[in-house]
Amino acid sequence: MDQSILPQIKKAAKKSLKARENELAQTNKQLEILNGGIFADGELPYFKDKIAEIGHFPLRPNKLEILQINVGYMCNQVCEHCHVDAGPDRKEIMTRETMEQCLEVIRNTGAHTLDLTGGAPEMNPNFRWFVEEAAKAGIQDFIVRSNLTIIRANKKYYDLPEFFKKHNVHVVSSMPHYTRGKTDKQRGDGVFDKSIKALQELNAVGYGMPDNDLRLDLVYNPSGAFLPGDQDAMERDFKKALDEDFGIQFHNLFAITNLPISRFLDYLIASDNYEDYMYALVEAYNPTAVANVMCTNTISISWDGWLYDCDFNQMLELKVNSKVKHIKDYNEDLLNDRNIVISQHCYGCTAGAGSSCQGTVA
Amino acid sequence: MANSYYDPADLRKFGNITEWSEELGTKFFDYYGKVFEEGALSAREKSLIALAVAHVVKCPYCIDAYTKDGLQRGITKEEMMEAVHAGAAIESGATLVHGVQMMNKYNKLSM
Repeated sequence: MDQSILPQIKKAAKKSLKARENELAQTNKQLEILNGGIFADGELPYFKDKIAEIGHFPLRPNKLEILQINVGYMCNQVCEHCHVDAGPDRKEIMTRETMEQCLEVIRNTGAHTLDLTGGAPEMNPNFRWFVEEAAKAGIQDFIVRSNLTIIRANKKYYDLPEFFKKHNVHVVSSMPHYTRGKTDKQRGDGVFDKSIKALQELNAVGYGMPDNDLRLDLVYNPSGAFLPGDQDAMERDFKKALDEDFGIQFHNLFAITNLPISRFLDYLIASDNYEDYMYALVEAYNPTAVANVMCTNTISISWDGWLYDCDFNQMLELKVNSKVKHIKDYNEDLLNDRNIVISQHCYGCTAGAGSSCQGTVA
Repeated sequence: MANSYYDPADLRKFGNITEWSEELGTKFFDYYGKVFEEGALSAREKSLIALAVAHVVKCPYCIDAYTKDGLQRGITKEEMMEAVHAGAAIESGATLVHGVQMMNKYNKLSM
């Protein structure tokens, strides 16, 4: 790896690719890379050929279980690996009108899980109203993906643990490592200490405690060009270290593979790791993970109401291949009768034990 | 043919050794896989041992492989460097302990 480039990447990474007018902010450029190079040369097989070998092409949905709503790309952090290219400079925020359309869908869906993500979803000015309304729909599992530092970012967020508790929200939070160095390297200086404090506050209201139903799960994703290790082993290590060092408790750890899109793709290319990473993903391809990849049970909704097979396709602007493409026309039966849109980034979800927003799948 | 003895891309082709001797290659990879499973030692501990040995036998492929393996397991750079020192200490100790042989021979030959 060309080590000399890394300080430049780190410095630049304080802004989104979009704000930097980096050409990888354009999704067609990303898709050109994912569909070209080592795949076009025949060095590595296309994802569609790989899943065709086991009779899964075209990839089709199973029963819809999860509605994942991205309420906006604005975030208080600018993580190096972020597939959303989120940051304080992103202005894409879901309006109340689109939220109302989402609520209509939430009240009538057959899905058992509602999953709010971003950016930092809490930064949407209508976030609390939306959570209050959505909680009334009585959906079985209501997830908010919180980056933890938001809880400590500003006084107006200090009461979030109580707010989450009041609405029985299942909190899923990112924590790249149980050591300060690795966490701050990926997410920025000071992120580790703030995250620890936020976790302690969540614990204080009951989140993550062994016999408490207030669920607190952590998401681990690698801080670099390598795949996540065994999820159970990582969970054991995280639990031991966070308990011994900080007295922190949590329920489960989800190990999520970084997909080669957006800022992570930019990092892979700039650090000369792209080809090795794609080889690693293809080598780790696990056919048994294909049947349960998250796009088979999820619909992803963007801040402006468009529908996607997953949050990654959303960031690549690959809309669902269905007559229904927008939340205003939502029809679950029609949507479930579609072919899932795939490209080479999908290898990220079938590597090893598989990867989804809920962790491993195989 | 490459112009150097080592090419990082060759590591990906390691599995190809089975093509020229399927029985032995398969036996080796089965054995190798079994060795690194969780056992009386954890897979994490074995990864650190492998990293230390990789340095002692000076295998660049193994160093790449077990640095990456360590990262995947959440092993820290401090742990990795301590493992390398453990290997280096044994290797230098193995040299130095021969100093006793030198001393013995010296004493025997000297009046």
